[in-house]
Amino acid sequence: MTWDIALILSVDGLAGAAIYLLAGLGLVLVFSVTRVIFVPFGDIAVFSALTLAYLEAQRFPPTIGLVAVLAGLTVAKEVVTLIRRGQFRELPRAVLGWGILPMVPCLPAFLLAGRELPALVAIGLALILVVPIVPLLARLVFHPISHASTLVLLIAALVLHFLLSGLGLLFFGPEGFRTQPFLNGMVELLPGFRVSLQVLLMVGTSLALAALFFLAFERTLVGKALRATAVNRVGAQLVGIRPATTATLTYTVVSLLAGFVGILIAPSTTMYYDSGLIIGLKAFVAAIIGGLSSYPLTALGAIAVGMLESFASFWNGAMKDVIVFSLLIPALLVRSHFSNHSDDGSDEEEV
Amino acid sequence: MTTLFTIDDLHVSYGKVEAVHGISLELDAGRIVSVIGPNGAGKSTLLSAAIGLLPSRGRIMFDGSDISGLGVEDRVERGLCLVPETRELFGEMSVLDNLLLGAFSKRPNKAKRQALLDHVYKRFPRLAERRHQHADTLSGGERQMLALGRALMSEPRLLMLDEPSLGLAPLIVQEILSIVTSLRADGVSILLVEQNALAALESSDYGYVLESGEVALHGDSQALKSDERVFESYLGGV
Repeated sequence: MTWDIALILSVDGLAGAAIYLLAGLGLVLVFSVTRVIFVPFGDIAVFSALTLAYLEAQRFPPTIGLVAVLAGLTVAKEVVTLIRRGQFRELPRAVLGWGILPMVPCLPAFLLAGRELPALVAIGLALILVVPIVPLLARLVFHPISHASTLVLLIAALVLHFLLSGLGLLFFGPEGFRTQPFLNGMVELLPGFRVSLQVLLMVGTSLALAALFFLAFERTLVGKALRATAVNRVGAQLVGIRPATTATLTYTVVSLLAGFVGILIAPSTTMYYDSGLIIGLKAFVAAIIGGLSSYPLTALGAIAVGMLESFASFWNGAMKDVIVFSLLIPALLVRSHFSNHSDDGSDEEEV
Repeated sequence: MTTLFTIDDLHVSYGKVEAVHGISLELDAGRIVSVIGPNGAGKSTLLSAAIGLLPSRGRIMFDGSDISGLGVEDRVERGLCLVPETRELFGEMSVLDNLLLGAFSKRPNKAKRQALLDHVYKRFPRLAERRHQHADTLSGGERQMLALGRALMSEPRLLMLDEPSLGLAPLIVQEILSIVTSLRADGVSILLVEQNALAALESSDYGYVLESGEVALHGDSQALKSDERVFESYLGGV
């Protein structure tokens, strides 16, 4: 391997790391606030990529129908629950919050889909269409079992992944799509070493979003409330933070992150209905390196995964996924070495 | 004096085991009421049910409204606040963040938030010194101060304190209890659960003695202090 090749692979690795950074942050956020390992993250990214592809192709994105159906189901569930509890005063709020508000993005999408749209408008539409999906799904699937064990929540997340993957096939078909690059051309970073502007845009956008994410968590009261819920759920309730509200907010942020991931990755990778799982799993490796709790370590994990994937594809393309996933073994060994957690049952009396 | 808080025939169960059997108590506005009793009498369970952390049967009235069906967050918004035995601080967050989150239910503006912070720092100068330190690096006494400070940030009308002296050195206990007593002057009503019966009765106006999940005795704190049964069982009488 020459230095030139190493540089090219490093740039590719950084582009991948940018994707896994956003996805990893999303996974850590959901897990720390709700204890859900959000397996369908990649599926939502696929929905945003394919929605953008449909809008670019001047086709009507089926995502509009998905959001409408999910909103209808969620409102029906909320209304039935509130009527059973006799909380009739809450009905208008539930219809507004779970029915009308999530449908708001559908209106501009419905009106503008099928026409030739400027790239930024198409991206904006694809993003806002995807944003209501995760909070609606979570309200339907995870909210009723929010007190269940992590294992039950994981199983529900897996089922949700298979459901979304199937819906992806139904909506978008088996063929792959690639969207238009936002920027064309190359820029010379070092003498004789050129990098595509698209890759720089990916890395820059990802870093900017990660910085925004960090600022929101550190500097805003709502961000602090999310962190507080992650740190101590009972303590959060005792100061008036509503776990259901923080969960909805978390899922909304994660939906947006997944939307960005899909839009950033789609110009450089052909996206199929089932491309989401592998993106989610590789981000999960990054999140595991961060112990599903540390954002800075997850960011380092994302860089490790991106770089390893890039170099592994050069050494042995067929084995690149195996090599990336094998990163879990040293990561888990190191974490278990430094972890203070006791094994299950270790507190049982010895006999 | 108006009644601020009433618990009427409260039953609380852990699964099939009932831990609190039909407790009733009253608290007048601006008063300190203590609940004493041995381990396992149901004192902490009573407070957890009162704030809504545990499901219960019976009626809980606050300021004339039935709050039995409300969740924890709604009760907090109405002005109830619990400082549990376990403190439930946000350990990986700074003292300042813990305090700011204490006012979450009130969503105060910047000026009001600063005024609340200044008020808490005035009461607990050590918290001001440690404002940028993580909560889990504080000493036991400082953690209790932070728990109290966080509670005061929400300007509670009824503050429920569960074993505020637990695990603290005697001098710190004195300091904490004198602060608790001084809160009455700010118009905060207090429901104080303590195992340290003497300290609790000395700090309160009225007292309830719980035994095996039931009210065994109640009356003015001074009267309870001189009650033979209380003296023998809880005040180390010989």
